[in-house]
Amino acid sequence: MIHFDRFTLENGLTVLVHRDASTPMAVVNVLYNVGARDEDPGKTGFAHLFEHLMFGGSLHIESYDEPLQLAGGENNAYTTNDLTNYYCQLPAENLETAFWLESDRMLSLAFSKKNLDVQRKVVCEEFKEHYINKPYGDVWHTMRSLAYQTHPYRWMTIGKELKHVEEATLDEVKKFFFKHYTPCNAILVVAGNVQTEQVRQLAEKWFGPIPSGTRYERSLPAEPNQTAARKLEVKADVPLDAFLKTWHMSGRVDQRYYMADLITDILGGGASSRLYQKLVKEQQLFSNIDCYHFGSIDPGVIAIDGKLVKGVRIEDAEKAVEAELDKMRGEKVSEKELEKVKNKTESTITFEDMSVMSRASSLAFYELLGDASLMNTELEKYQAITADQLMDESQRIFANDNSNTLYYLSNQKN
Amino acid sequence: MPQSSQLDRTQAPHIKDATSFELQLKPYTHYTLDNGVEVYAVHAGTQEVLSLDLVFYAGNAYETQNLIAASTNFLLKNGTKNKTAFEINKHFEYYGAYLSRACYNETSTITLHCLTKQLPELLPVVAELITDAVFPDEELQIYQQNMKQRLEVNLRKCDFVATRLIDAYVYGEKHPYGIYSDAADYDQLNRAALQAFYEQYYRNGRCIIFVAGYLPLQIAEALNASIGQLPLNQYQHTQTTHPLMPATQKKYRVNNDPAGVQGAIRMARPFPTRHHPDFPKVQVLNAVFGGFFGSRLMSNIREDKGYTYGIHSYIQNHINNTAWMVSTEAGKDVCEATIEEVYHEMKLLREVPVDQEELQLVRNYLMGTILGDLDGPFHIIGRWKNIILNGLDEQYFYRSVDAIKHTTAEELQELANKYLQPEAFYELVVI
Repeated sequence: MIHFDRFTLENGLTVLVHRDASTPMAVVNVLYNVGARDEDPGKTGFAHLFEHLMFGGSLHIESYDEPLQLAGGENNAYTTNDLTNYYCQLPAENLETAFWLESDRMLSLAFSKKNLDVQRKVVCEEFKEHYINKPYGDVWHTMRSLAYQTHPYRWMTIGKELKHVEEATLDEVKKFFFKHYTPCNAILVVAGNVQTEQVRQLAEKWFGPIPSGTRYERSLPAEPNQTAARKLEVKADVPLDAFLKTWHMSGRVDQRYYMADLITDILGGGASSRLYQKLVKEQQLFSNIDCYHFGSIDPGVIAIDGKLVKGVRIEDAEKAVEAELDKMRGEKVSEKELEKVKNKTESTITFEDMSVMSRASSLAFYELLGDASLMNTELEKYQAITADQLMDESQRIFANDNSNTLYYLSNQKN
Repeated sequence: MPQSSQLDRTQAPHIKDATSFELQLKPYTHYTLDNGVEVYAVHAGTQEVLSLDLVFYAGNAYETQNLIAASTNFLLKNGTKNKTAFEINKHFEYYGAYLSRACYNETSTITLHCLTKQLPELLPVVAELITDAVFPDEELQIYQQNMKQRLEVNLRKCDFVATRLIDAYVYGEKHPYGIYSDAADYDQLNRAALQAFYEQYYRNGRCIIFVAGYLPLQIAEALNASIGQLPLNQYQHTQTTHPLMPATQKKYRVNNDPAGVQGAIRMARPFPTRHHPDFPKVQVLNAVFGGFFGSRLMSNIREDKGYTYGIHSYIQNHINNTAWMVSTEAGKDVCEATIEEVYHEMKLLREVPVDQEELQLVRNYLMGTILGDLDGPFHIIGRWKNIILNGLDEQYFYRSVDAIKHTTAEELQELANKYLQPEAFYELVVI
């Protein structure tokens, strides 16, 4: 059970406090309700580029990192398709330094031209390092644009193309900031060796004076139900053929999300999972295979992703995958196997909750979903799932019309 | 908001100087099982989880054929006298546990992470893995096939290739720290060699246990009743010495991928071990140089020039010899400029004393990092493990803290002159 207190400042900033006196540290986590899904299709990668700019100095403070480091703190941030999250950890005695830094960059950035120029380059190198200069690096770019035709999940957080990042202007940066980086679009979580009253005073002092901003009302185009299977074949300069197939699943707050999550664990979550045991170990069609999803807030996709053993025809590999999906659709999972994936879930949650930093970011995430206390009912939701529900949900998800298949083939002669 | 009119945002709040923190490394409990296996235990934390780490002296320094140590370590959970690989995997996963293993140079590990309440169900199977593994032929054949495929993909990555090559230059291709493997090395593996290595270095091998987390009351008795009754520690532990065979050529440019858009840069020089008196102070110098986000390399090469997504320097975590390494991936066209800037930063450290403000920042940052890192049982046992496996004692921890608090700018400059000399560095770019 994770305990917390919640209050809201007059300007609309939501503040959560989670006390854990067993640590000498404090964590300050600021989540902004903006991710890559909120980008203009012609200017993708912006939310993530923006995350980089948040470290380039704010209105009254030249550098974010240095004063934090001087206070014995460290920090980082990440951007997803759904949200942007900033977090820092420092000795609890120096908590106010984090309030000073975080509030000033919520008030306003310095908008330095030099910072934008440099960070555009840094992000381009990040883009190259992870998505261009690696074999199979563009597989998810390709899959996202196949599986989504309308919803902005059709591009990656890093952006659709380098050009979008290269062309970002200071004016666009400013507009983005004042639209999304405001108290009423943010959630502040303070955790660790802190007291609620102390946090309340610091929050009033440092964040209270920041203008509220306008609440961002998200109205993204929903992805229409897919009615026919889509297939794509790509040839690339890679050593092995790869197979990637996705199916649309429910969004994060739907009860069916939890079923989809357990389905991925049955199929692909470890060395005793079905796909690994059958297709890697017994039939030796794949050298590795996994089944996973991204935990997206809007309806996401389940993916089956593997590389083929050399000499195996990809059509045969796909047939073997389908045979496993037939079993999911046609036979109830045994009690023991169901118990296994539930135990795994309990264990994963318990391990995640070990770190104060992880508890802080989870609280912020569940608050974004609607209520931080959802964090404490997650396990019950998994426990309540039955084998019948998993079979029903498998039939719904793994319908042929709902599928997107990518053959990513080696163009090398072996 | 009465405060707002008085709020001066240009004024940093008062901070408690992090160097004034008294850092304490929580002590371990130590005991010896019936068969002589030593156990180091740290009971801490609020979540009811634990990690059980069995360290064997079975790293690649003990092998006589490439890949035997790593493959034995990998495959010891793929079948015992009584259980198939699938049954073993199912057992651990049914209880929500993670069984991982890793092979290093001197040591290898089998590590169990689990909910504390599940340990009694899991411990007997861990014991089975270190006494009854059988290395089935089919498991070996699948492993060979899949590892060769994985290697083929990895060899297309410039960073993977660079990491292999730089170690081979620094230590020599035959040295355990420098050796790397090709597809042919996988082909030459055979069951009998794995089994023999296993018998000597696991089943009868030297083992040390590190256990941490929310420990059950009877943990010592439980470990003794299972692991304590195994035929471990049966042979006189001798380690063959491996001569260093560093390359004579210092500079390399390798073209691995004609279509590559980035180059992996590695620059490294040999460096003494943790036992050397310079070591703790050099850790401070390394932080200034390239050891954290606010370091010189990061500030210059990422935050000013935008040549890279990240650049780091660090001292490799080896026991008998080590190297000081600079590592980055940079745009193809700016690789040479990046290397020049690294040398430029070395030169500045040699010629100009680090100013007090920067030194204070680095001190406080390092102190804060340790303070944060002493939080939680897995971090604490990790520090102890490093100390014990390196043959050090807790004074090493306090010497490191002392070095952070007291190393002077003059000492840092002296160390820079001693170690950050370009001619001592190997230099490699793989595109």
